[in-house]
Amino acid sequence: MGNLRSEDIVKLCYLLGSLEMRNYNFTIHNSPIPNSQLNKLIINGIKRMIKFTFYLFALILIFAASRVITVKNPVHAALFLVLAFFSSAAIWLLLQAEFLAIVLILVYVGAVMVLFLFVLMMLDINIAPLREGFVRHFPIAAFVGALILFEIILVIGAWHQLPPPEAASALAAVPNTQALGLVLYTEYVYPFEIAAAILLVAMIAAIALTMRSHTRAKYQKPEEQVSVRREDRVRLVKMSAETKD
Amino acid sequence: MPGLNEFLILSAVLFCLSIAGIFLNRKNLLIILMCIELMLLSVNTNFIAFSYFNADIAGQVFVFFILTVAAAETAIGLAILVVLFRGKNTINVDDLDALKG
Repeated sequence: MGNLRSEDIVKLCYLLGSLEMRNYNFTIHNSPIPNSQLNKLIINGIKRMIKFTFYLFALILIFAASRVITVKNPVHAALFLVLAFFSSAAIWLLLQAEFLAIVLILVYVGAVMVLFLFVLMMLDINIAPLREGFVRHFPIAAFVGALILFEIILVIGAWHQLPPPEAASALAAVPNTQALGLVLYTEYVYPFEIAAAILLVAMIAAIALTMRSHTRAKYQKPEEQVSVRREDRVRLVKMSAETKD
Repeated sequence: MPGLNEFLILSAVLFCLSIAGIFLNRKNLLIILMCIELMLLSVNTNFIAFSYFNADIAGQVFVFFILTVAAAETAIGLAILVVLFRGKNTINVDDLDALKG
């Protein structure tokens, strides 16, 4: 297909990165087929690749989620949840939310799921009684899940005024992290500070809940020692002098 | 690029799977917490899909705050779970009936 020059490859990479299909034109020199046809081929190929990526990760996500709710061992459920988070982060990347995709991996897989696994392995849980009624509850769970899914899909299907995907050009103007930061520290600065307070409260609550006071250890109470008064410790007794026999 | 409908249906499937998961594992507190995480994930996917297709960054800001609150919720939930397990030696939801609800 002719010689791709370096600037064309840079253009191609940029196009892959921004998913912006309309504004780019490739000029490929010494190409046996016309450039317009080649452009169409490349863009169609990229579109097909994006579609394939979406469906691949969607399938992995649904598989992982269904394993989370059906698997016997809670540790395996947590690991499948990690898989679900990863494939979901890939789908967020397709939607140009790079910062949140990375945050999902770092915060969720790196911190929350590790905390989950830590608690799971720290507690000595007998799984067998927790699995009781799984088969008995299966029909009702499937029924309720299918019913809600049916309703949501009805609502989505009845909604015809969907914006076209090409409307996404405004977001691609600045990098995602920069765009998020620009609104986060200006327009949303008070919610941002409230979020910080919530995290602080959560940290204090988690420590206060799980900290055990050492009842056996003996320690001084300095405030009692300091606030002691003479009357509490010393009693003066008046008595008459006694004669020596 | 798949349309908005595909993303919405994907997160609807995810949400319904997690609802079914709460029904299926109604005795295991840990799996219920995991199902809540999955629900939040599907809601976040909705937000990000709308943010992309409407070209509005506000959806991603919402996801940012949801992630923060969800992390706090998980930390406190697991702390309560640990305290419960220390006191009762079980995480079976059926045994946690001290309030006679």
